[in-house]
Amino acid sequence: MGDGRGGESAKVAMAEKLVVKNLNAYFHKNRALHDVSLSFEQDRIAAIIGPSGCGKSTLVRCLNRMHEVVPGATASGEVLLDGNNIYDDGVDPVQVRRRIGMVFQKPTPFPTMSIEDNVAAGLTLNGVQISRAERNQVVERSLRQAALWEEVKDRLRRPGGSLSGGQQQRLCVARALAVQPEVLLMDEPCSALDPISTARIEELLLELKSAYTIVIVTHNMQQAARCSDMTAFMYTGDLVEYGETKQIFTNPTRRETEDYITGRFG
Amino acid sequence: MAAGVSTLHGETSYRYRKFKSDSMMAITVGATIVTLIPLFLVLGYLLTKGVASLNWAFFTHMPAPVGEPGGGMANAIVGTLEVVGIACLIGVPMGVGAGLYLAANRASQFTNWVRFSADVLMGVPSIVVGIFAYAVIVRPFGGFSTIAGSVALAAIMITLITRTTEEMVLLVPPELREASLALGVPHWRTTLSVVARTALSGIATGVILAVARVSGETAPLLFTAFGNRFWSTSLFHPINTLTVQVYTYAISPFADWQRQAWAGALVLTGIILALELGVRWVTGGAAKAPR
Repeated sequence: MGDGRGGESAKVAMAEKLVVKNLNAYFHKNRALHDVSLSFEQDRIAAIIGPSGCGKSTLVRCLNRMHEVVPGATASGEVLLDGNNIYDDGVDPVQVRRRIGMVFQKPTPFPTMSIEDNVAAGLTLNGVQISRAERNQVVERSLRQAALWEEVKDRLRRPGGSLSGGQQQRLCVARALAVQPEVLLMDEPCSALDPISTARIEELLLELKSAYTIVIVTHNMQQAARCSDMTAFMYTGDLVEYGETKQIFTNPTRRETEDYITGRFG
Repeated sequence: MAAGVSTLHGETSYRYRKFKSDSMMAITVGATIVTLIPLFLVLGYLLTKGVASLNWAFFTHMPAPVGEPGGGMANAIVGTLEVVGIACLIGVPMGVGAGLYLAANRASQFTNWVRFSADVLMGVPSIVVGIFAYAVIVRPFGGFSTIAGSVALAAIMITLITRTTEEMVLLVPPELREASLALGVPHWRTTLSVVARTALSGIATGVILAVARVSGETAPLLFTAFGNRFWSTSLFHPINTLTVQVYTYAISPFADWQRQAWAGALVLTGIILALELGVRWVTGGAAKAPR
């Protein structure tokens, strides 16, 4: 399952899908990210951890140019998607966001739309002309990928808001997957969910990993340890340490990382 | 619960707070009732006077010549619908558009000025708007007309709708806008299909309030649509409206005209109420059953 994407890039194992070079982000004059450089590899899950306000969310929001949506927010530096800088002049952020999908902290189904319309929203709102049958296919495929199909298949016409919080979040994952992005950014997708829903989302991540490059921001260190391959630790706008999850959690090279992971602060 | 509190703070303290709570409740309920009394008095009086005066001829006949009993307000009913309808065609798109613009560009200096102007214009007495329309439309084009009346009413509607639309759009959680943008949906499409769509029933309520408000306006129409004792639906001739007709008949010395003024007031109220229920039903239904 989950092979919705073109195959040629997937053949190159461990290719660097998304490379961040000297990224700085600002809110007005306030610098929220300091020269962050790291790379995210194809078909792997990278977790970004760190205390509140350390710039985790700002970092992922810079990766699909959602940062600049906030008034007064700007970014400088490079983010290379398959080698092309998404911050180059002439790059349309709209096109970037179609290739790099995002799931937010709070579930955000569109309240005026039914479950199936929510899933297809990325297509219909972008004016993609598809037949009823194709549309149904996309809806079913995306909902299956998001492990929600079995629960909602009999009530696709019900409003998206009628689902439980965990289901709504999986609906948002399905909605992001429906437009077949190459990268999936998740900004604390489980922070509003109960442990059971959280477990489902984590299972989902592991299933999606073979087809997508996933970057997940999390407050929850256990979550990072459970489901990520790579972990980045951020503190006050700096990337302190980035490496294999196992190494970060068992043998961190930096003192701050160790302090945070052992629960001395944060 | 009370037992738990009493062990901590003593029985008197709890009783005192209960007393305070109950008296505040009584005051607010009392205030609500006092507020509703005039509303029911007005509606009740209007109903008793109006229903007694209504008859079929009122809807189907033209105003009778002076001194002759009977007749109706057929032309005024159609005229009101026409003047207000055209005012909506002008005022709703402009007001909603401006409101969306204000909500989407909160921080700029320009929008602050627009918002300030809208607030000031909302406070301008409607008769001033009437004089304005008289000066810029009636005088240059050489006569009272339907279109002049509609423009005057539209001017009142635009400021009201602009502000309510902005407020309603701001109530839409910013997360929805971000969710749409993150799907690669362009800014304009996000504003229309997600933000405005979510705020639709609120925007519609604002539009209805504006329609209700201008449907009851008399002053701006005296200088613009003027009134007409004969049948006319032309855009460029004077047209009769319920408010102006009610005004003329109510201050007349004839008992039959005064009777018809009551009927006119009731019909006007009925039209606004029907409109309100209709739009509420339509937008409420749309919000539940998508497309």
